[in-house]
Amino acid sequence: MSHEIKTVEGITKESTQEMIDKALEIYPEKGKKKRAPHLAPNDQASGSACVKSNRKTVPGLMSARGCAYAGAKGVVWGPIRDMVHVSHGPVGCGWYSWGTRRNLMSGITGVDSFAMQFTSDFQEKDIVYGGDKKLKTLLEEAHDLFPLAKGISVLSECPVGLIGDDINSVAKQSSKDLDIPIIPCNCEGFRGVSQSLGHHISNDTIRDHIIGTREFAEPESPYDVALIGEYNIGGDAWSTKPLLEECGLNVKAVWTGDGELENIAATHTVKLNIIHCYRSMNYMCKVMEEKYGIPWIELNFFGPTKIRESLRKLGELFDDSIKEKIEAVIAKYDPQMQAVIEEYKPRLDGKTVMLYVGGLRPRHTINAYEDLGMTCVGSGYEFAHGDDYDRTASEMPEATVVYDDVSEYEFEQFADALKPDLIGSGIKEKYLFQKMGIPFRQMHSWDYSGPYHGYKGFPTFARDIDMAINSPTWSLVKAPF
Amino acid sequence: MRQIAIYGKGGIGKSTTTQNTVAGLASIGKKVMIVGCDPKADSTRLILHAKAQSTVMDLVRERGTVEDLELEDVMKIGYGDTKCVESGGPEPGVGCAGRGVITAINFLEENGAYTPDLDFVFYDVLGDVVCGGFAMPIREGKAEEIYIVCSGEMMAMYAANNIAKGILKYASSGKVRLGGLICNARKTDKEFELVSALAAKLSTQMIHFVPRDNQVQRAEMRRMTVIEYSPDHPQAQEYRNLAQKISDNKMLVVPTPLEMEELEDLLMEYGIMEAEDESVVGVAEKAA
Repeated sequence: MSHEIKTVEGITKESTQEMIDKALEIYPEKGKKKRAPHLAPNDQASGSACVKSNRKTVPGLMSARGCAYAGAKGVVWGPIRDMVHVSHGPVGCGWYSWGTRRNLMSGITGVDSFAMQFTSDFQEKDIVYGGDKKLKTLLEEAHDLFPLAKGISVLSECPVGLIGDDINSVAKQSSKDLDIPIIPCNCEGFRGVSQSLGHHISNDTIRDHIIGTREFAEPESPYDVALIGEYNIGGDAWSTKPLLEECGLNVKAVWTGDGELENIAATHTVKLNIIHCYRSMNYMCKVMEEKYGIPWIELNFFGPTKIRESLRKLGELFDDSIKEKIEAVIAKYDPQMQAVIEEYKPRLDGKTVMLYVGGLRPRHTINAYEDLGMTCVGSGYEFAHGDDYDRTASEMPEATVVYDDVSEYEFEQFADALKPDLIGSGIKEKYLFQKMGIPFRQMHSWDYSGPYHGYKGFPTFARDIDMAINSPTWSLVKAPF
Repeated sequence: MRQIAIYGKGGIGKSTTTQNTVAGLASIGKKVMIVGCDPKADSTRLILHAKAQSTVMDLVRERGTVEDLELEDVMKIGYGDTKCVESGGPEPGVGCAGRGVITAINFLEENGAYTPDLDFVFYDVLGDVVCGGFAMPIREGKAEEIYIVCSGEMMAMYAANNIAKGILKYASSGKVRLGGLICNARKTDKEFELVSALAAKLSTQMIHFVPRDNQVQRAEMRRMTVIEYSPDHPQAQEYRNLAQKISDNKMLVVPTPLEMEELEDLLMEYGIMEAEDESVVGVAEKAA
């Protein structure tokens, strides 16, 4: 696919490199050498990563990264709504990862939805004597209290790995005794360099314990698809799932936003996997492709331009009836989206944004801003790998800065140099930039808003961006620095 | 108060030697506390005449948290007014015994077990320093004096040398020193000379050669130290001598552990090991 090269006035490879070099100046020689390959101007035409990624964070830098447990509990497992998710270890990991991601759930809590905090709450005695017996009791109690839960995941916190608690054998035995799936996930936080390994471990666990263990009740159809890597942040899946259904497809399972264990377990019979967050779930798409011959396609449903492009790409994989439905859907929603653009674009045209988020948003949302007349002048990921940055190159304008595992200091330096009109990043960055007088949106959780995904999400997205940037509050703020 | 840690290869007789030595110190009027740092919890049975003392960690497990424990629940008084505490811990293969040692010692410190009237605190530590928990007794502010129990057997000497390496690490960053090797004789060839020579190589001393005597086993069957069971037996005098030597010991050194080759040379010099013959390595008896 050849794209027109996007450029930004005043930004050249030289100017970006100069800005990077200046930010690196303060580091000692060793730190500078390690950080330099993670910061670079984009080469849009190359279509390949301009930075190094998925490396250990340089000690002493303020990184925003999480851990393997965070990737397993917060991202992959947590959103499955009809399972009990047990944080096995001391109480803090489970408590502080409870509900913070805003992966919304339907259902009735305690009946068919279990967005609660289950933990084995390790004490000294559990470290010394092992937590396996306690885990067994916990599993029995959880099953007694919530007999309708379809399964239980056991997510290891660090001490479990250190003392060698055998959660796998406890899970196996209890699964037999209680007659429900109990899935052990060895996602100790100290494993790997970021939350990314937690995604991978969780995918492998789904592969080993879940996929292929159920069948759908309804007969198969050629239009059966699964939506993978859609976590229903702020209700995103409740926008994308109906959209795909309107296009004539049967969305048999959502991984894992508002997800159901039995549907996930039967996904091996679908005809196509549609992946949203490539980073956290490409592993399972590849497994299903190899093992069951299910093709997969990576689509972007942020902003009308990308939605249109994605739906048409999707239509190519199906017969004319689907293609027709897709064209009808586009014809129906395009004018509505155009109205949104006409309302907000005049106030947002020419504004700039910098992003620093997780799995897919640093590239997938760029075009949604562009639909509103805005330009992305910097983007980066906390825990991406090379293939994510490959996919980012064509989305970012030429020569804009790309930053991997950016430190707070570097991010602040770049923001100071580029003076964006908006920064979209996480809670750790939010107040820093707001104190600098820069409008900010918390883009991990859609800042208590959402959905931003699909046609349903775009009007909300446009409203929120307008609200952030054009709030009269900012004219009253004078940052002293 | 002098805090002393006893290390050595598993099964070498650390607990027996420690308790007999402590009984020896008690018999010359010293106030001593023993802290058993081994999940097996057999560091105090000869002093207490008990099968197994209830341990700090057992009570923690029973009651819920360390905060629910009182010192008198875990501290028992035995022969010669010796105070006895066992850290306790899990059965082999589960949990973290090292953390048990840390938890127990922290508990003792926080609850004022280290009273000024004590002349000695002895830590009887599990076989080898396998992780940070078992080095707890020699962390800063705790034992600064270490004795290694060994014999003339090759593996016991390897272990002694390895422990010396561990001590070296802590000695270079803190005050912990090696006080000497205690030879718990197994009646191997040239045992006295060999252990003395190893001690010299490690820049320390063989502080005492405890001869092998079945009287130790006879006393043990009655859950007693030799000193209490048969104070007039010559073996009791051996332990009193060891106790006196430790009490008088001023030779505290940073050890100089040997390289593996040096250690093997030493063993060859005393005829324990034959000169290296690579042709026999890995060849079974039948095949040879």
